[in-house]
Amino acid sequence: MHRIKDTWPPLAVIAALIVTWWVAVITTRSMIFPTPWGVVSGVLELLKDGTLWRHIGASLMRVGTGFGLAVCVAVPLGLWMGWVRRAYETLNPVFQILRPISPIAWIPIAILWFGVGDASPIYLIFISSVFPMIVQTTAGVHTIEKRFLRAAENFGVSRRTRFKQVVIPAVLPQVLVGMRIGLGVAWLVVVAAEMIALRSGLGYMIMDSRNAGNRYDLVIAGMIIIGLIGLFLDGLMRMLERAKWVRWRYAH
Amino acid sequence: MRTKIEVRSLTKSFESDKGRLPVVEEVSFSVRDGEFVAIVGPSGCGKTTLMNMMAGFVRPDAGAVIIDGTPRSKPDSKGILISQQGSVFPWLTVRENLMFGLNGHAQANSSIADEYAEMVGLKGFEESYPYELSGGMLKRAELARALVVKPEILYMDEPFSALDALMSLRMRNELLRILAKERHTVMLITHDVEEAIHLADRILVLSPRPTRIQATFDVTFPHPRRLSSREAQELRVAILRELGVDHEGLAPI
Repeated sequence: MHRIKDTWPPLAVIAALIVTWWVAVITTRSMIFPTPWGVVSGVLELLKDGTLWRHIGASLMRVGTGFGLAVCVAVPLGLWMGWVRRAYETLNPVFQILRPISPIAWIPIAILWFGVGDASPIYLIFISSVFPMIVQTTAGVHTIEKRFLRAAENFGVSRRTRFKQVVIPAVLPQVLVGMRIGLGVAWLVVVAAEMIALRSGLGYMIMDSRNAGNRYDLVIAGMIIIGLIGLFLDGLMRMLERAKWVRWRYAH
Repeated sequence: MRTKIEVRSLTKSFESDKGRLPVVEEVSFSVRDGEFVAIVGPSGCGKTTLMNMMAGFVRPDAGAVIIDGTPRSKPDSKGILISQQGSVFPWLTVRENLMFGLNGHAQANSSIADEYAEMVGLKGFEESYPYELSGGMLKRAELARALVVKPEILYMDEPFSALDALMSLRMRNELLRILAKERHTVMLITHDVEEAIHLADRILVLSPRPTRIQATFDVTFPHPRRLSSREAQELRVAILRELGVDHEGLAPI
């Protein structure tokens, strides 16, 4: 009952948008801009010949690889920078300079270094999602409440125990926040990166549809699918926030 | 009885925007083994700083804390600090919290932990997370986690002041019950004069900042203590007078 109550307002907004779109296309008699039904039939067409799945699979594979690599680098590095003051003082300025550089600006260099294969977008995803995760993890260590570190000190436990039972669990919620941001950025970037080169992926699909015969129905279909997958990925990360080992942070 | 803790002219000041701020000045006293000493003082007088120095978390500018004849320089599990905000790890279950400070085999630790959980009245909550517990239960968990490592000294800094009056009274009785079983030396900081009279063998009254010991009261009447008794009331008035609260206008409980 509650669910229906909560979900109907956004659904109503979406329905209103679709109706407005439909009416606008019909009244302006646009030859290029498709109607919602045109988009749906375009999607069905792509589903039938299987290209849609191929593009989605390619994009997800690139995001998965780039983001996965970024997690492997950012979490240990963030923990180290949070824990060791000198490491923070040395590396933080460098990262603060690299962080605001838009991943789009990296595209020429990515192509120069990695060519136009899969490695370029993976590199772009890596470079754009690694910094927010480093920053969040480091901040997570810095904001561990002193009373918990004191308690650990008081009981005289080994460094290993302190790290495993105090530092890691205390930082984990912040790491998850960083991962959620990182994955969002990664998804944003993969599409942009695919627009430049390559022969697959949702970004490629959008550019290719436009270039090969003004198939704006497929352009819009691509955009909507990107949005829906983004929503789904964020939902996945949010499910992690409900996992047993971070529930303490969100329970009240 | 032999001396457990000797505090020797402990002095501490902090740097602030307005220059040096002396907080603790030449505080000296000693605590016998198994004694329960309460420290009362006006708020902001430096009680917590004094306690943190005794527990080894803050280094004094001058003076020393000598425990069993050896100067202390850093915290260890011989003396456990229980602070007002508490420090039960929210990400560990009650049992995992109690096992935190224990060395040895997991199996043995687990049964020791459960034994102490039962002692403080948390039987059946070993698997619970702190956010599932009430404030009073959280304090019990904190107390059990401290006791389980068999500390010789408990440093308690306003341990019950975040609880409501009824729960605070209950926890005091619990504490006395446990202390009767396991003899610890206890240092208690409180702003609640009644709590001090209820629990302590001796009460030190601190002056405003920079703090020093202004008066000492022995609490000689036996447990269980009745706070409404005449001698308890007289003691209360005397302590409050030391704290600058006049006898006039003090209603008996």
